[in-house]
Amino acid sequence: MKIGVLALQGAVREHCNSLKACGVEPVEVKYREQLGEIEGLIIPGGESTTVGKLLVKHGMLEPLREMGGKGFPIFGTCAGLILLAKEISGNDQPRLGLMDIVAERNAFGRQIASFEADLDIAELGPEKFHAVFIRAPYIGKAKEKVTVMAELEGKIIMVRQDNLLAAAFHPELTPDLRIHRYFIEMCR
Amino acid sequence: METGTVKVKRGLAEMLKGGVIMDVTTPEQAKIAEEAGAVAVMALERVPADIRAEGGVARMSDPEVIIKIMEAVTIPVMAKARIGHFAEAQILEALEIDFIDESEVLTPADEAYHINKHLFKVPFVCGARNLGEALRRIGEGAAMIRTKGEAGTGDVVEAVRHIRTVNEDIRRVVNASDEELMTIAKELGAPYELVLEVKQLGRLPVVNFAAGGIATPADASLMMQLGCDGIFVGSGIFKSDNPAKRAKAIVEATAHYRDAKLLAEVSKGIGTAMRGINVGGMKPEEKIAGRGW
Repeated sequence: MKIGVLALQGAVREHCNSLKACGVEPVEVKYREQLGEIEGLIIPGGESTTVGKLLVKHGMLEPLREMGGKGFPIFGTCAGLILLAKEISGNDQPRLGLMDIVAERNAFGRQIASFEADLDIAELGPEKFHAVFIRAPYIGKAKEKVTVMAELEGKIIMVRQDNLLAAAFHPELTPDLRIHRYFIEMCR
Repeated sequence: METGTVKVKRGLAEMLKGGVIMDVTTPEQAKIAEEAGAVAVMALERVPADIRAEGGVARMSDPEVIIKIMEAVTIPVMAKARIGHFAEAQILEALEIDFIDESEVLTPADEAYHINKHLFKVPFVCGARNLGEALRRIGEGAAMIRTKGEAGTGDVVEAVRHIRTVNEDIRRVVNASDEELMTIAKELGAPYELVLEVKQLGRLPVVNFAAGGIATPADASLMMQLGCDGIFVGSGIFKSDNPAKRAKAIVEATAHYRDAKLLAEVSKGIGTAMRGINVGGMKPEEKIAGRGW
């Protein structure tokens, strides 16, 4: 099984390593033609404005939006969550706009407020998930068709909507592979 | 919830990988950089080429300049403190800057010691010419390394020398047997534990960007192909005659650094690069890469 990691900018290496550790072959996706070779795509953390512009420039935004609308599995972490959101609070930057959520950018504050925390994620079992949040967004609003998978202090930080998964934190920066395994199951 | 950990400090640097960080002196320039796809900006009063030309003591920028730039963009904002000037770094942290560059481009404030960067919640980036220097900075708490190059010249030769030296040093460590590592650590002037970590990882334990002389999309591609994780462009953008176009071209060149066809395309019609200074013709005392210990 091959899963792609969008490799325009950001924490590409870490996601590839996590996928390898799960026994899946990662594909660094830089071009539109590669989208046909993969069974799912991870959009890593990075700068959402940079990645969005490069997606537009290289003609990948529209094909990816179409695929995501037809059931192709996509997992966005941090900047990836922002790119998946239909609405980005106070911003008209390029995006895929596939999930019925409102993303609040840099919502926990600037870098000095970046943090680590232990999360309860029922889908993954009783053991807490240690998560790293870096200039992280959260989800201000999620429509009914969106399943909230995790919250922190009343803020939504992980959601699923059918074939789409989004997390405000970085599971690729910690050795716990449960979220990557969960996404791999979505791709089967 | 725990803030200011090694993981979140190094983590921000990981998120900048494959991107371009641009020197800016005004909110308008910061917006041009963001619009071009920069992953972060470095807020300055003067770009390195002007610091070099004007001489005098180069210090931390006026906080007012920095704040205006922070208000103008949503991407991370960095700022420079003098080597060893921990009070400047404390001020930058109080401004909630996203990253501090303890930089040889400014006039050093301490001729023996760098800032103890572990004491800060804000991450630091530091320049290095070789593996020993990089590991000393990481030992002091740096969350990110960049080549020093020779800032403000537009001549990439020193940045190339520095990344090549780091790569050669890493290969030596990786190929060494365990009993050789302590002697190598001694020769490099680097903490033993970090030398051990380099052997295990086969690379630096933190992200390493190119800096100091990058002026064209081809320069960015060269540094990426030599193994850098991303690019700092200082004077190269706003000292060229079409900053917006050049900035976009360098962003694309960094994202697709192995794609020569695309590089040819983005290098077309972007105007004249900064005139620059040939480092080979400079006197040793004119170079700033030697600052830092």
